[in-house]
Amino acid sequence: MRIELVKRPQQSTLFSVLSPLIALALTMVAGGILFAAMGKNPFEALYYYFVDPLRELWSLHELAIKAAPLILIAVGLSVCYQSNNWNIGAEGQFVIGGIAGSMLPVLFPEFQNGFVLPLMLLMGMAGGALYAAIPALLKTRFNTNEILTSLMLVYVAQLFLDWLVRGPWRNPQGNNFPETRRFHADAVLPELMPADGRANWGIVFAVVAAILVWVLAARTMKGFEVRVLGASPRAGRFAGFSAARMVFFAFMLSGALAGLAGISEVSGAIGQLRPSISPGYGFTAIIVAFLGRLNPLGIVAAGLVLALTYLGGEAAQISLGVSDKVARVFQGLLLFFVLGCDTLIHYRIRLVWPAKAVPAGEGA
Amino acid sequence: MGIAESILLTIATAATPLLIAALGELVVERSGVLNLGVEGMMVMGAVCGFAGAALSGSPWVGILSGVAAGALFSMLFGVLTLSVATNQVATGLSLTILGLGLSGMIGEPFVGQAGIKLPSLHVPGLTDIPLVGRLLFGQDPIFYLSIALTAGVVWFLFRTRTGLTLRSIGDNHASAHALGIPVIRYRYLAVLFGGACAGLAGAHLSLVYTPQWVENMTAGRGWIALALVVFASWRPLRVLAGAYLFGAVTIGQLHAQALGIGVPSQLLSSLPYLATIVVLVLISRNRRLTMMNTPASLGRAFVPDR
Repeated sequence: MRIELVKRPQQSTLFSVLSPLIALALTMVAGGILFAAMGKNPFEALYYYFVDPLRELWSLHELAIKAAPLILIAVGLSVCYQSNNWNIGAEGQFVIGGIAGSMLPVLFPEFQNGFVLPLMLLMGMAGGALYAAIPALLKTRFNTNEILTSLMLVYVAQLFLDWLVRGPWRNPQGNNFPETRRFHADAVLPELMPADGRANWGIVFAVVAAILVWVLAARTMKGFEVRVLGASPRAGRFAGFSAARMVFFAFMLSGALAGLAGISEVSGAIGQLRPSISPGYGFTAIIVAFLGRLNPLGIVAAGLVLALTYLGGEAAQISLGVSDKVARVFQGLLLFFVLGCDTLIHYRIRLVWPAKAVPAGEGA
Repeated sequence: MGIAESILLTIATAATPLLIAALGELVVERSGVLNLGVEGMMVMGAVCGFAGAALSGSPWVGILSGVAAGALFSMLFGVLTLSVATNQVATGLSLTILGLGLSGMIGEPFVGQAGIKLPSLHVPGLTDIPLVGRLLFGQDPIFYLSIALTAGVVWFLFRTRTGLTLRSIGDNHASAHALGIPVIRYRYLAVLFGGACAGLAGAHLSLVYTPQWVENMTAGRGWIALALVVFASWRPLRVLAGAYLFGAVTIGQLHAQALGIGVPSQLLSSLPYLATIVVLVLISRNRRLTMMNTPASLGRAFVPDR
């Protein structure tokens, strides 16, 4: 048997909508098989994984906390990937954003007033954007592959954070724990509805960012430029668009959003710097961007789905005793299925069985 | 054993997995396919290698399971990019993400277990020669395999007809297809070879380099291997040189940490990653060199039209 692809005359609108849903369904099936292989009842497991976390108000708040950074980062990545800039170092930009924004409450704890938080958020964005500018600079100036440089910078950023919280920024009253002092009240991102749960303003930033980038992509010249340069750099040059400036624009926009996600996470959900401030949000956001089909509004939905896999992992660990590592497996599987199903948009898939040998002279 | 000798030995041990993984990826890229999943295949090789050795008691079974795991895992990438024509960059990334997750799950029962080290070669008489004995005749078997593999890849790519065909596919898949060459079949085999190499490199990590299983123990080595291929401008002998250069940087920073030279250990730990960036910049700023050597069809999906 052979798989044969037949190009569709035009993109299939039906499958543009259906493909993420088919991918989700396939992930569920694969997940069920996985649970069955571990000796669990697959239906019960999938229920605990994907439904149970949605039943209580407080856990919906947790969902928002996890979805916010994923959406923020993925929205920025969508601009990168559409313009054919492969930024896979969002995790590093997230970390640097968290560090840059934390400078105020950690180094100047006496500076307490209403300006602290807005300044922190701006510094976080600036930090992430500048860190993302490094691979952009290397790509435009030296023609260096941005995939590898942006990824290497993730490790560098994580080690830098590790050094800070164990060395110069360690809490002087913290019994030698590797963490900074806890942020004062003015430096903490407020919760939206403290009575019901912990969700903070991060999810609002995320949704606003998604809408703004959607407007940028769908309604402005810049968005057109992104798509043209992504689809055909040559055509972009004829139109007078600068590819080099687009590299900087895409990287710094996504870096700024990743940085904002970083400082929102640190000042909101965590409240101090620690050796590790992210359970891999920067990498999971890559899945979110593709599941959302690189459309900012699709990404909001996709971010909620991926946030659910984090929560489901925790829930399944508690109620079923399966490893929370299952979450990462689900995320990886999901991306595989998404990419595979996206082919359906451009191609029809035909299965070809080897034809029976035709004796000479009979066929024609 | 002198200190210089022991340093050289550890450099060889650190360079071997990089060399093997990069050689595999080099063949894949020469066929025009960019597989960014090296890190994922390598970590699968590491965990399956460790598990195979722990369950069977034999490190050789471990090595074989590592190779098999890498090869099997690469087929996931192969089916998607070659048969279903998905984006190679994104699919490779997803292979890495899935590999890191799956290996964490498979490896959970093995965390903290003592590993089984693959025994080093010992030739009576020869291994005991002062200075060079251990270096030439006393290393782990995979080290010798990696050197043989380098020679084999050079021979295959540049001295055989099949190798020539493989390179022609990488440079122009449409013309190769028009000549009747089975492009997709060649690429499947190349991806399979790359996966087996990455798996072997991973098994080397968990059975020779540090005989234990730690989550994410590849720590970016798969990505460094990818960078090595670019650094080597797709030439196997330069991959060998590059791998040893990186082995030296890795070991050098470990020794500097042990000596405690007053520089933060995190800065030293980040040196291999920073070195990768610097080296990539130095190589790629020479546009002529990279343009001439990059396989022209690299990363482009191929759908035969008939």
